[in-house]
Amino acid sequence: MSEDTATMGKPTLSPFNIVAGVILLVGGILTILRFTQGLDAVTNLSDYNPWGIWIGFDLLVGVALAAGGFVTSAAVYLFGMKHYHAAVRPAILTGFLGYALVVLALHYDVGRPWRLPYPFIMQRGTTSLLFEVAACVALYLTVLFIEFSPAALEWLGLKRARSIVLKLTILLTIFGVVLSTLHQSSLGALFLIAPSKLHPLWYTPYLPVYFFVTAVIAGLSMVIFESTLSHRFFSHKMDAAHLAEKDTVPLGFGKAAAFVLAGYFIIKVIGISAGNTWHYLATGYGAWYLVEVLGFVALPAFLYAVGVRDKNITLIRWTAAWTVLGIVVNRFNICLVAFNWHLPASERYFPHWMEIGISVFIVTLGIVIYRFIVTRMPVLYEHPDYDAH
Amino acid sequence: MSLSRRKFLGWIGAAGMTAAAGRKASAATTHHFEGYPESMAVLHDTTFCIGCRRCEGACNTVNELPAPEVPFTDLNVLEKQRRTTSKAYTVVNQKPGNASGPLFVKNQCNHCLEPACASACFVNAFTKTKEGAVVYDASVCVGCRYCMIACPFEIPTYEYDSAFSPRIMKCTMCHPRVLEGKLPGCVESCPTEALIFGKRDDLLNIARQRITRRPNNYVDHIYGEREMGGTSWLYLSGMPFETIGMRMDLGVTPAPELTAGALGAVPMVVGIWPVLLTGIYAMSKRKEKIAAEEKAQALATALADADAQATAKMDAAMEKAKQEKATAIEKAVKEALEAEAKARAEIEAEAEAAAAAPPQEAPDEDDKDD
Amino acid sequence: METINTLQEFMLHTKNITYVLMVVALLGITGFWLFLTERDDD
Repeated sequence: MSEDTATMGKPTLSPFNIVAGVILLVGGILTILRFTQGLDAVTNLSDYNPWGIWIGFDLLVGVALAAGGFVTSAAVYLFGMKHYHAAVRPAILTGFLGYALVVLALHYDVGRPWRLPYPFIMQRGTTSLLFEVAACVALYLTVLFIEFSPAALEWLGLKRARSIVLKLTILLTIFGVVLSTLHQSSLGALFLIAPSKLHPLWYTPYLPVYFFVTAVIAGLSMVIFESTLSHRFFSHKMDAAHLAEKDTVPLGFGKAAAFVLAGYFIIKVIGISAGNTWHYLATGYGAWYLVEVLGFVALPAFLYAVGVRDKNITLIRWTAAWTVLGIVVNRFNICLVAFNWHLPASERYFPHWMEIGISVFIVTLGIVIYRFIVTRMPVLYEHPDYDAH
Repeated sequence: MSLSRRKFLGWIGAAGMTAAAGRKASAATTHHFEGYPESMAVLHDTTFCIGCRRCEGACNTVNELPAPEVPFTDLNVLEKQRRTTSKAYTVVNQKPGNASGPLFVKNQCNHCLEPACASACFVNAFTKTKEGAVVYDASVCVGCRYCMIACPFEIPTYEYDSAFSPRIMKCTMCHPRVLEGKLPGCVESCPTEALIFGKRDDLLNIARQRITRRPNNYVDHIYGEREMGGTSWLYLSGMPFETIGMRMDLGVTPAPELTAGALGAVPMVVGIWPVLLTGIYAMSKRKEKIAAEEKAQALATALADADAQATAKMDAAMEKAKQEKATAIEKAVKEALEAEAKARAEIEAEAEAAAAAPPQEAPDEDDKDD
Repeated sequence: METINTLQEFMLHTKNITYVLMVVALLGITGFWLFLTERDDD
């Protein structure tokens, strides 16, 4: 608790605070640079490479990793897995923060961020998958905000408002799953329009299905990954119900992730077969594709299974981290590595250090806000004045 | 005003299908569209191109683009492969060619019949006009650059150097000039027959005639006739198109068809997912209810059992108590009787001895002791 | 009566309507569920 009071009170010069402070400071300078000098000043984007890591990482990876919110709330509220109830709030919180940061990152990426509402208020480009993504992300961010609001309302002591929101739980959860299904898959469908630019091993009409299934895998793995970090750094904030989940969440979610990964592996192979792209496997890109499918899909499926069978929590946790890395690899492959594969090396994209700087800045911002919230609001514990609902 | 009317009908259509019927697809049953009839196009016969760059200069002038670093009269730049930029809507590139000398190819927006950029734009900033041009409206553009991802010809460019009003920049087929009855700048400036402006159908016929008349000079393919569903910029070449930097692997599928499946799945998810999820929820809730009921019942049974057991025990205890009491009473009665008999005997004896005077208190006192 | 000449226009026209229908559908199915379960005991 002494550590806790230190973080709660005036800022101290703990290593975390120093590092975070430096990153936020540099990020602030880069932000000013971006919005006064334009994209050219801070990015390596070009006419051949209009999308860089702000789309590949901040949008595609960010949205996939924020899927824990809908996966967990669906499991608990719709599928009746009440014993994971304590995992819902942290997952909803990380989901909400994830999406909020995605939207923040988009402000850096698009040319005229103040026009981001234009697709809804000016002209609706309904033939675009990006319109679908934009509409769903906007709506889902709102849903996540309402879903998380009970924690904030308990913190603020607004009982009436809280009980109204709780009545909407099931409706919001179903809405969340519908919206997540749509925009997670549509993010993959964004690339369907460019068959001539994406490598045939990655380009398939199944892209939307792949993106949705990997989002479920990402969500399950992120819940394990986050709970690992939370138990390490915030266990003093947890009540008995959360502490008790230290092992049950990795076991249950790890089992689910193992099986979904197995299914994903199957449909990946079917994708190769349907596209008849076997011969590409013998090329350099093919080798990299095999690394992705064997190293980041088949391997974690097996490791999760071993971890669950042996009740080896440590193995499950490391596998979760590995799977999350696999999601990053997959999204980077589709958006950056295998995209524009036909271009000569001189025209290919590599991020500018300032683009990476902005991405690191945004992730850091997320961690700082998460820490601010869990040290204050009833996320990792039940509020003493309220029953478990 | 046709655009606003169209949009109005589009939105009102949801309220009643009669309004939606206000728009008729030319062949609604097969969803096959031929494009605007009589739309204009440009035929670029690369065998006539001499690489003079006058088209580049004219384009720069009519579109009021910034002055180039190297003047348009400098032909050395041709050897370096260039692409369209935000400051140049069109570029001419020199290709190795054959024994008779190098070849030149002009590159600019091909003005697709079914533009990928228009399909991809989430603010509908691109429009395929009935004149043939694909035009862009910067006043709604957010700057997501998805059109640049989508374009198979890698034509749209972006003003990355602008902090406050970056635009997508691309050839407009000189749409404003065409509306005035003028030729596109590049076509007007072309000193040879490398660029011809006309109706797309006519140009296709001209191209076919040229191939038929001089089959040795041309490869038997009109680039843009079917590529990506067809374009309003058509090309003839004396060398295979790949060798002059034009991709032959783009396919003939119009861009909107590539995403039609994914877009079509969206309303299906919206329609069926809530049903499925509510069903799962209802089932798990019902399971819970049954489990709760069973639990309650089990509890009730257990309670009843406990009750019955308790009653039996109580009964047994009562019985025992009763028996004990009965025994006690019996004993008491017996004692009383004995006492009475004894008393009576004494009384008789007394009576015999002292004649009359009956005793009354003695038996009561015996009972109390018991 | 206007005629649709391109697939892109057709898609735009039909998707505009579809998006409106989707909003109506989500609201409608919610309302219908409430109507359906209104008299349930629990």
